Amino acid sequence: MSSKSVERLGRVVIRFAGDSGDGMQLTGDRFTAETASLGNDLSTLPNFPAEIRAPQGTLPGVSSFQVQFADHDVLTPGDAPDVLVAMNPAALRANLGDLPRGATVIVNTDEFTKRNLGKVGYTANPLDDDSLDSWQVHAVPLTSITVEALDTFDLTRKDKERAKNMFALGLLSWMYNRPTAGTEAFLKTKFATKPEILAANVAALHAGHAYGETTESFAVSYDISPAPMAAGTYRNITGNLALAYGFVAASYRSGLPLVLGSYPITPASDVLHTLSTLKRFGVTTIQAEDEIAGVGAALGAAYGGALGLTTTSGPGLALKSETIGLAVSLELPLVIVDVQRGGPSTGLPTKTEQADLLQAMFGRNGESPVAVIAPSSPTDCFDAALEAVRIATTYRTPVILLSDGYLANGSEPWQVPDVDALPDLTVELATEPNDVDDEGNPVFHPYLHDETTLARPWAVPGTPGLEHRVGGIEKADITGNISYDPGNHDHMVRLRQRKIDTIAQSLPDLEVDDPSGEARVLVLGWGSTYGPIKAATRLVRGTGAKVAQAHLRHLNPFPANLGDVLRSYDRVVVPEMNLGQLALLLRAKYLVDVRSHTAVRGLPFATTELADVIDQHLKELA
Amino acid sequence: MSTDLGIPTLRSGTDGVPTLPEGETQNRKEFTSDQEVRWCPGCGDYAILAAVQGFLPDLGLRRENIVFVSGIGCSSRFPYYLDTYGMHSIHGRAPAIATGLATSRGDLSVWVVTGDGDALSIGGNHLIHAMRRNVNMTILLFNNKIYGLTKGQYSPTSDVGAITKSTPLGSVDHPFNPVSLALGAEASFVARTMDSDRKHLTETLRAAAEHRGTSLVEIYQNCPIFNDGAFQLLKDRDEATARILHLVDGEPVRAGSGDATRVVVRDDEGRLQVVPEADADPGRLVRHRVADPDPSQAFALSRLDDPAFAQVPMGIFRNAPRPTYDDGVRAQVSAAVDDAGGRAAHADLTALLHGKDTWTVA
Ligand code: SF4
Repeated sequence: MSSKSVERLGRVVIRFAGDSGDGMQLTGDRFTAETASLGNDLSTLPNFPAEIRAPQGTLPGVSSFQVQFADHDVLTPGDAPDVLVAMNPAALRANLGDLPRGATVIVNTDEFTKRNLGKVGYTANPLDDDSLDSWQVHAVPLTSITVEALDTFDLTRKDKERAKNMFALGLLSWMYNRPTAGTEAFLKTKFATKPEILAANVAALHAGHAYGETTESFAVSYDISPAPMAAGTYRNITGNLALAYGFVAASYRSGLPLVLGSYPITPASDVLHTLSTLKRFGVTTIQAEDEIAGVGAALGAAYGGALGLTTTSGPGLALKSETIGLAVSLELPLVIVDVQRGGPSTGLPTKTEQADLLQAMFGRNGESPVAVIAPSSPTDCFDAALEAVRIATTYRTPVILLSDGYLANGSEPWQVPDVDALPDLTVELATEPNDVDDEGNPVFHPYLHDETTLARPWAVPGTPGLEHRVGGIEKADITGNISYDPGNHDHMVRLRQRKIDTIAQSLPDLEVDDPSGEARVLVLGWGSTYGPIKAATRLVRGTGAKVAQAHLRHLNPFPANLGDVLRSYDRVVVPEMNLGQLALLLRAKYLVDVRSHTAVRGLPFATTELADVIDQHLKELA
Repeated sequence: MSTDLGIPTLRSGTDGVPTLPEGETQNRKEFTSDQEVRWCPGCGDYAILAAVQGFLPDLGLRRENIVFVSGIGCSSRFPYYLDTYGMHSIHGRAPAIATGLATSRGDLSVWVVTGDGDALSIGGNHLIHAMRRNVNMTILLFNNKIYGLTKGQYSPTSDVGAITKSTPLGSVDHPFNPVSLALGAEASFVARTMDSDRKHLTETLRAAAEHRGTSLVEIYQNCPIFNDGAFQLLKDRDEATARILHLVDGEPVRAGSGDATRVVVRDDEGRLQVVPEADADPGRLVRHRVADPDPSQAFALSRLDDPAFAQVPMGIFRNAPRPTYDDGVRAQVSAAVDDAGGRAAHADLTALLHGKDTWTVA
């Protein structure tokens, strides 16, 4: 332990920033893992360029990782960093604007060469003039001390330099009294076949820690107590991993094999990667030739009695539309995950957005309703996956699950659930005739719908006596034969809509968080805006103001009480990372004068920004 | 990085599909659905349907384990008329849907019915990738060289100069040769047959079903409404005899009879040519090698096609088994399950969810 003084803090936001090749995501991940193990609550925001290796040292090449951790419940990765680690001038320049005055900046001075400064438009070295006077700057020659610390290692200078991220991690671990044992164990696995590199990384980690302890410029270290959390076992998890695990759990709880048909696309590919390693759970992954084939394979598997899943992002969802329409007509269970990113077109592949809601709702030809749900946090992705499967299999319908880039890559602690406590998703496949013909003989009618759920029987190939044909041409109710009858079409269009509407009967009422019960303003969100909205309402309530907050998981159908909730407030404010898509739906359906607040910057809302918006509405009503 | 996959090689395309109990048989009637067939009178599709309904019972498979998946087009109505499981899907996507089904269900005999527009135009990508992967399924490609269901536009197999609804001055569009395309995509089974030759059609279907992997069968099919007589020359017995180059494994490739017999030879440049048998240098005779792992000769044979049917190779161009995608995928899953000691149980899922880094709050 350090002999220097230790100060106690309630919460800290740290941002690690460097070149894409500097290993900042790994550094952030490791810092997060150590922080999680100390029992702090936390939330992370990785932010990286779409290019795999943008030109070194340039602004487009900057990759960063932000983590907020605290001795209390954390809802967002934090609006602004308290500490910025800048591995080069580009990282400083790209992130300085987000830093509040007085924040701490740790810079790697070795990279502040004339050439590197020039690359990002610095005409003078900001470390040498007064331009950084508003911040507490620690100028540390990170690269050269790392190389020095690894002097005795039989490695190239380049290899030694690469360990500088571990030095930085060691230094930050000292500053915030984080353990390093977990990272050492992690490095052992990562570099199992490269003992010299392993030893160098561990040495750099220790050197960084020792540097903090011994160097005078770092006078204090900080301690953040564990956050109170419900008793249980916890781990840290990202949204994409939670989604993958959720589907595996759903497969286990339904007894149906999981079949993923997918085409690589940012930021959804990690779900494919993870599931491809889980064959042991009976998971089949098919990397298809395109997005259309991905959903086609999933639908083919669903027809065969599997849990059909396809994962994509916005542009891929557009390509899958026609097949989703077919699934609507076939009335088969199918889950489509859209990890939304900035659009339109290719847009911002690595940035977050919520602008596919209307595509999910209406992006198909004809009246083609599907269920739509959205997780609200990285850990909620797990539960949302199970819920998507429940709806798909119970109602024999496609379900679109709208995650986004922020949820996909962001992480937070997760109380690992008890497998037995997960919903029972048992599915009954059809095994025998379900009707009688005019002469009273038993027959199978593939489009005879269940009275309660309006689901049709799921009769899979291999079941004797239930041979039948399905297809995208309109079908007669009950028999499933081709039908061009006008009345039947009208009936079937309404039946498919009614089936989706019926799902609402299985949903819990929307819960409103309104502690005083006297709020006049309701802030309503959906998807990944949950954290920032919740944090903003807390901030506003902290000033004594009254505001209610609610969050929608089910976008289609909406919970049954939504209309009543909306109408019971004088004002409903809907913040969205799009141009007001949920607001449009709410206005259309409930005729309520919903107020939209929108931003599409590729980043989650800042808590303070939303708090200001709420304040403004409160003032207008006052 | 690559690794030895250890994929099992199964012999027949129908291995793994449940068969009828010993001594039990099925007949054509059982394979005929109660739906009224709605193709135009005289459509070649009738003959193909009759051949398939007549041939399927011979496979001895349980009817409930047979699935027909189709796309969009006249031919794609096919599944409605068979009393098996079936899906009439969307335009061009049948191979993709069938890939998911065949991969997840090794106990099914999967068939795709498609046409020249469905398979080669809107669905071209899925078709080539199914053949590249070698998914165990049989694809029946009805080629009538026209768009029938949309009423007579030219298709990707229509000849240059074809006058159609959308090419009033004649098509300037260069057609695909479906057999060449399939061979280029490294399909492991490629054949051509004709709607009106019941015997040849049935034999070809039997070989295609027997083959494990993707079998692509091009079926010349007459559309009497929009492209009548496209294959008329080949329906005349004498003309057919003179023009059809019979592909028989191990034999020289011949057309015609008696003095008019022609054979395929390889010229000095390595190109294939069709010459009178009397003039042929026996050392240059091309013998068909159906199982040749190198598809070059089969491809060269497919290039002997001629829009005016000067000669038309018919039969099985290629039947060269190689590992199939679906067997490989299933083998990896079952190996992973076996290695872990059986089906994943409660404890396995619990361990997965916990991962390596957990902490406990008391
Ligand atoms: S349009 Fe041609 S291909 Fe289609 S059903 Fe009629 S005859 Fe057959």
